[in-house]
Amino acid sequence: MKFDLAGQGIRHLNRYLHEPESQGAEVEVDNPSGSHNIAVGALHNCQVLVNGHVGYYCAAMNQHAEITVRGNAGPGLAENMMSGTVRIMGNASQYCGATAHGGLLIIEGNASSRCGISLKGLDIVVAGSIGHMSAFMAQTGRLVVCGDAAESMGDSIYEARIYVRGKVASLGTDCIEKPMGDEHIQELRKLLERAGLDYAAGAFKRYGSARRLYNFDVDNASLY
Amino acid sequence: MCGIVGLYTKNSELQSSLGSLLSAMLVQMADRGPDSAGIAIYHDTVGTESIKVTLQGDQDTDWQLIERQIAEGLDPTVKVAPIATHAVVLLSVDGDHAVEWIDGNLDAVRMTSNGRSIEIYKERGHPREVIETFGLDDMTGTHALGHTRMATESRVTTEHSHPFSTGMDLCLVHNGSLSNHNRLRENLRADGIRFQTDNDSEVAAGYLTWRLKQGATLKESMEAALADLDGFYTFAIGTKNGFAVLRDPIACKPAVLAETDDWVAMSSEYRSIAQLPGNEKARVWEPNPATVYSWERES
Repeated sequence: MKFDLAGQGIRHLNRYLHEPESQGAEVEVDNPSGSHNIAVGALHNCQVLVNGHVGYYCAAMNQHAEITVRGNAGPGLAENMMSGTVRIMGNASQYCGATAHGGLLIIEGNASSRCGISLKGLDIVVAGSIGHMSAFMAQTGRLVVCGDAAESMGDSIYEARIYVRGKVASLGTDCIEKPMGDEHIQELRKLLERAGLDYAAGAFKRYGSARRLYNFDVDNASLY
Repeated sequence: MCGIVGLYTKNSELQSSLGSLLSAMLVQMADRGPDSAGIAIYHDTVGTESIKVTLQGDQDTDWQLIERQIAEGLDPTVKVAPIATHAVVLLSVDGDHAVEWIDGNLDAVRMTSNGRSIEIYKERGHPREVIETFGLDDMTGTHALGHTRMATESRVTTEHSHPFSTGMDLCLVHNGSLSNHNRLRENLRADGIRFQTDNDSEVAAGYLTWRLKQGATLKESMEAALADLDGFYTFAIGTKNGFAVLRDPIACKPAVLAETDDWVAMSSEYRSIAQLPGNEKARVWEPNPATVYSWERES
């Protein structure tokens, strides 16, 4: 199935991705030219390949679909994604993966500011570096960064786990470095493998909440 | 929400199509700002003994009368070339004197720019209409900025539209909103900076004018703005030989920069840059917060 956005509107593509007939389909999208809302709200297990750069909110609210973008993504990539896989072969703009509940988001380039803000269960793997205020108030889910992290990473973080291979410019309030246990090495190795990245898990450091800012109750530890 | 675009040619062959390229970029930003649009274009540089002023009137402005008034009161050699509701005025007098005279003597029109290269055109209406009104597609030049406005802080009028002149051959376009503009405007007024509107972005322009008048470089002025302006902003600032970009330290107002061997472009969104020749091979990145980016050609 092919969509040429130079001729057909975005709604044409998105409606198709909402319908059961897209189940199992291989969809190719040409001439995205940075348009907004490409492949938003996909509901079925299908493959979507976008040939070019995308604008705001690409792959937002995604469920089940495997979406690949051969280019850069604008703000709000995979916002509130529920499941499935989204892979960006270039860079992602600000607040990618915001409030997302599940699935895997892979950025092959860099992610800009507020990456994974208010994360609620999505796993994000960034092959490059991330911008300032990333993982702000992240509740659960994992953020893996193979490059560096800019200022105030993990500010007011809850129980999301962050793994960074490079330098962290500064940690936000209540975010601290934590020891890497075997279980962390194992989960990081799996995430890197799923993202297709060949880095040694031992080269990463783990960051998370100091639990001084919110009312952490040890009885709820199994929820995260 | 507003849209900003800027294009700076490195390859002189692109200068003949600067207007049409900027127009293609600006139309992409129409959704971000359907209320009004404006452009600053740098071209047809006049000699060191001359000055070029853009005046903004309306459909009923009698430009022949304006020309006579200037000829009698300021400069007998004046040439006035009307373009829709605006006119480009060529003068052979001292720049500061010309600005002061026009400000004090021409009540029917308002000055949008002054310098040796810059011309500023802005009008209410959909960006596509504004582009057609001024014939942007046929304009040539070295570099240009454009703005599409969705008003949040002040009314939708031509005077409130961007770009705002910040001095000789300087202008500013803004996406965002400033929260300390009222106090800052009063302070700047007390120091002799003139304001035409209650617009927050005009205060940012006035602030830079004030810093530059004190002898600061453009880069120093922009760095000082980081401390003195409170609010959200992505600024693009046009200079005689190039342009500069600055985002506030939180940087939630979008900005994309792209560069090839032939041009440097900035926009609120990538889709404007996708209109440019060779965009698929451009280096594309987001400017860092609180960091001054600038491009200058040798003058």
